[in-house]
Amino acid sequence: MSFDNAYESLLGHEDAHWAFGTGFSEALSGVNREFPPGVDREALAAYCLMLGDDALIFSQRLSEWCSRAPELEEDIALANIALDLLGQARMLLTRAGEVLDRDEDQLAYLRDEREFRNVHLAEIDCGPGPGGDFGTTIARLLVFSSWRLALFSRLRGSADPVLAAIAEKGLKELAYHRDHAAQWTVRLGDGTDESHRRMQAGLARVWPFVDELFATHPVETRLAGVAVDPASLRSEVDGVLEAVLNAAGLTRPADTRAARVAGMAGRDGVHTEAMGYLLAEMQHLHRSLPGAVW
Amino acid sequence: MADDLELRFERTVQAESRIEPRDWMPDGYRKTLIRQIAQHAHSEIIGMQPEGNWISRAPSLRRKAILLAKVQDEAGHGLYLYSATETLGADREDLTTKLIEGRQKYSSIFNYPTLTFADVGVIGWLVDGAAICNQVPLCRTSYGPYARAMIRICKEESFHQRQGYELLMTMMRGTQQQRDMVQDSVNRWWWPALMMFGPPDSESTNTEQSMAWRIKRDTNDELRQKFVNMSMPQAEALGVTFPDPELKWNEERGQYDFGSPDWDEFWQVVKGGGVCNEQRIAHRRKAHEDGSWVREAAVAHAQKHAQKEGAA
Repeated sequence: MSFDNAYESLLGHEDAHWAFGTGFSEALSGVNREFPPGVDREALAAYCLMLGDDALIFSQRLSEWCSRAPELEEDIALANIALDLLGQARMLLTRAGEVLDRDEDQLAYLRDEREFRNVHLAEIDCGPGPGGDFGTTIARLLVFSSWRLALFSRLRGSADPVLAAIAEKGLKELAYHRDHAAQWTVRLGDGTDESHRRMQAGLARVWPFVDELFATHPVETRLAGVAVDPASLRSEVDGVLEAVLNAAGLTRPADTRAARVAGMAGRDGVHTEAMGYLLAEMQHLHRSLPGAVW
Repeated sequence: MADDLELRFERTVQAESRIEPRDWMPDGYRKTLIRQIAQHAHSEIIGMQPEGNWISRAPSLRRKAILLAKVQDEAGHGLYLYSATETLGADREDLTTKLIEGRQKYSSIFNYPTLTFADVGVIGWLVDGAAICNQVPLCRTSYGPYARAMIRICKEESFHQRQGYELLMTMMRGTQQQRDMVQDSVNRWWWPALMMFGPPDSESTNTEQSMAWRIKRDTNDELRQKFVNMSMPQAEALGVTFPDPELKWNEERGQYDFGSPDWDEFWQVVKGGGVCNEQRIAHRRKAHEDGSWVREAAVAHAQKHAQKEGAA
């Protein structure tokens, strides 16, 4: 007896109508995975981890909203964005793993906090929970997706064909994320006194973490032609944020900047206190059963 | 006049044709459908919680993506079903209020806790499997919007069931600790899964009228038997056993004999005494209440926008 028996006829054998695939190799099929000649492989791996960890850790945060969003439609949208970012993370960690000889799960689950290279904006608690609310979450999404969209649009020209292909695929996703965040920013900024106040507070919460997004890291300098220098994105991203905040009737927060720790921040593996708890939760089961297969 | 309408309704139902939103229907039919579809919608929404419990801890990135997509599908099912109730004149906000005030029910299975990652697989296999057995007949139910929603939902549930079973297959090929985890999970979920078909026919109050109206197509006991017959070979292929000493093939009946679930536990959980009843409702209430300022802002913004357009 086939195990689908009664409903097999309903399902058929085509999986194309499922909204979200769970594989990712197909997405990059046909892409040349050879390393470009002369590329600094160690730096390439570090760079893939940076961009991959940004997506992985932010996805982990966004998925905390699952079953907690203000409306069912929004629950679906936030899960959708989390899934897109998780997909980007998997492709980037896999690319890093081709240099480091480790797979995506070894990289996601078996690295310690100091080895994660995501920016702080991805990891801080912006709600649901004590660290924020839906307004804070939208503020982070707006900043993050505006920045990453600008980054990916340049990364399409990367000398690494895999990074270029990942950027090409991610671009449409990120454009949707930014659009979604911008629409909510306008709704909340314009909606009621309370929503305006909360959205403004959300921006204030995330603003100290904006500066880090545009700080050039030595890894990026070593990868000229492969990596994007984030400093080059600043004016474009500032322009986008300004346009959205204007449309929403919101004020751009004063340029406060979270201080670095002995000169280091997320790209150097130095994180906020929130990161340890996030990783403890994310990694505990994988680490508890060494040798298990999932 | 009323008799003509009623006659036409009866004939439509008996001819296995569909009743559509604008057709005349008896009040009892409408109320029964709203109650049943809302309960189903609530079950999808509350059902996001037990599995959502494992998204942050999923042990591989692939499983995390599968689980997140699945829980997202459940939100989607809730949406289609609330929309189907709206074709009958119900209102989503009102139904949500009834849910969080405990005036409408959801499937009791979600009041059981998910304690290990194997539960994610077992829920897919047994709980979604039982749900599919209950729901496939509803694809032919007499109310058109409900029947059409069910076709889509059954397709997706069937996909979830396959994914759940595939997770368990993978775990059974892993370490002894993983195999033990799967068997422990099956032991905890088997009886609650059988309870999903509802009380025995002898004690079920709604069955008869619902069968006549073609809202319901098979009795609780018939579906339960079908589910047991379907699940046994799957358990054998997987290498797990069900915790029922009476479970064995009956050559004469051509079906499996099986024991009776603990109906006292069933009623205790239905009446609010399950491990998670309060937690599930409190979680849903908090999400709804925490989101009220967002929904109000969206409405206020839309109204301002409409006024501006009107003025222009």
